[in-house]
Amino acid sequence: MSVSKTTSVQKPRKSRLYRQESIAAFIFILAPLVGYLIFTLYPFFFSIYASFTNWNGLGTMNFVGIDNYVKLLSDDYFRKALFNTFFMMLGIPIGLFLSLILAMGLNRGIPGTTTFRVIYYIPVVSSLAAISVLWQWAYNGDYGLVNQFLSLIGIDGPNWLQNTATVKPALIIMTVWKGLGYSMLLYLAALQSVPKMYYEAADLDGANSFQQFLHITWPMVKPVTFFLVITNIIGGAQMFTEINIMTPTGGPEYSAATVVFYIWKKAFDNLQMGYASTLSVVLGIIIFIVTLIQFKLNDRSSFEID
Amino acid sequence: MSQVKRKKVADSLIFVALSAGAVFMIAPLLWMLSTSVKQKSDVFALPPVWIPSEFDFSKYLEIWQAGPLLSGIQNSLIISLSVTIVGSFTSSLAAFAFAKLRLKNKNAIFLLLLSAMMIPYPSLMIPQFSMFASAGWVDTLLPLIIPPIFGNIVMVFFLRQYLINVPNAVIEAAKIDGTSFFGIFYRIIVPLIKPAIAAQFILWFMAVWNDYLAPIIYLNSPEKLTIQLVIANFNATYAIQTDYPLIMAASIIALLPMLIIFLIFQKQIIESIAISGVKG
Repeated sequence: MSVSKTTSVQKPRKSRLYRQESIAAFIFILAPLVGYLIFTLYPFFFSIYASFTNWNGLGTMNFVGIDNYVKLLSDDYFRKALFNTFFMMLGIPIGLFLSLILAMGLNRGIPGTTTFRVIYYIPVVSSLAAISVLWQWAYNGDYGLVNQFLSLIGIDGPNWLQNTATVKPALIIMTVWKGLGYSMLLYLAALQSVPKMYYEAADLDGANSFQQFLHITWPMVKPVTFFLVITNIIGGAQMFTEINIMTPTGGPEYSAATVVFYIWKKAFDNLQMGYASTLSVVLGIIIFIVTLIQFKLNDRSSFEID
Repeated sequence: MSQVKRKKVADSLIFVALSAGAVFMIAPLLWMLSTSVKQKSDVFALPPVWIPSEFDFSKYLEIWQAGPLLSGIQNSLIISLSVTIVGSFTSSLAAFAFAKLRLKNKNAIFLLLLSAMMIPYPSLMIPQFSMFASAGWVDTLLPLIIPPIFGNIVMVFFLRQYLINVPNAVIEAAKIDGTSFFGIFYRIIVPLIKPAIAAQFILWFMAVWNDYLAPIIYLNSPEKLTIQLVIANFNATYAIQTDYPLIMAASIIALLPMLIIFLIFQKQIIESIAISGVKG
């Protein structure tokens, strides 16, 4: 993101008013600035330093160089958690695909649009903890809603959360369900801003619906897709609550544990805060790289602040 | 078929599809509600019972004794309200300065603050924890309240966007009249951007109310837990006893405040979300 220089044409006159204004402005931004220095910047550097130490959170921090990073390379749990985290991001394209279709359906001005919008959005505002509790019950092998529904069509459902093959798909389904309304809403807003005459012109040229989608709709919603992919990846990389509540041990054979879940375990259960800091630094770097790649791939989407 | 007719048929088909989708979205929540008023025989009935043979609301009385639910709501309210009230004030004041006042290097400072958005909370939580541990604040609400009251960069960002479209003339006139800068903020800016502040306030309130990771790190004693932690504990404790109606009743209580706020302000919330996404 970049801030375009505000074009103040007049040179700052060093008048009394200017000085007073600067002082006032400085005081007004002081709280966020101080908050940033104490609660973001300092912890940020502290994290990096701690990642090179052996530290239990209370005692002295013993500098161990890159030992933690070496250890991390051969840490099977970390590798598993990383794999799980990325695997569960498969829900992102599924969710975006579904929400775009829904948004296109809602964009036709059919009666009940507002009601649909509200219903689809309810899971988004619902507390993730309560939703996780609910879905854990829904995934119950014997009496859960999901298997009862499946038995109606003759399928004998598994014990979703206790099975290495089904625990991740189960979490993906729930994540898609929870996030659908949000993406749908953003897509709908984007679709509504597409001028109608684009489609009318395409109609006159004899373009069919699919061509119209490919050449008008898709390019027009691309910035929103970009925004959603980024925010979903950043959010997905930090998945924790669902795992903590639904599979408190990290799932069968650690098949549901995410990176943040693993960091949390290491830091606050095993009190290996040095090593946990290493993990958290790596997580930060991964998120940073993903964001960077996305920006590079999509440099046409301008994110100018103006 | 004429084109109008074809559109009508397509619209009806889409309406049916959207309704089916809506059923999938709402069914789990209705299931939750229905379980919470079921008797045990209905909970484990096969095939599933959607409308209980007998409505049993006793769990909604039982939950208050079964765990620290009331103190959980109180704690969540204390945290959410103090964070959003103080934080909205500091954030909008800063947004005003960033958008409208002259200050050397102000854009550089703003960019610096924006960089906070790229650092995930899990990368900061360990040092923050150690800071608050040495202050003796673990198992108090303070670590959850103090950092955010310094302001929320996301809110600063959106209010700054909003303010940039406000003509400078309004402010210049007030300056010439000799109104203090805080007076300008309080009497001119706040009334102008009230809708934007309100929307951000609600979104932030929801985020804090629903937060889970930060509370689980700091809070241990039952009477200090937030509502989200309380229901997670309900879930862990009572699932062993398969008392699902109790768990679901408590979860409904945890969901309800946000659901009500959403249904009341749905228009504003949906609009502000849509705007924030499109403007990116």
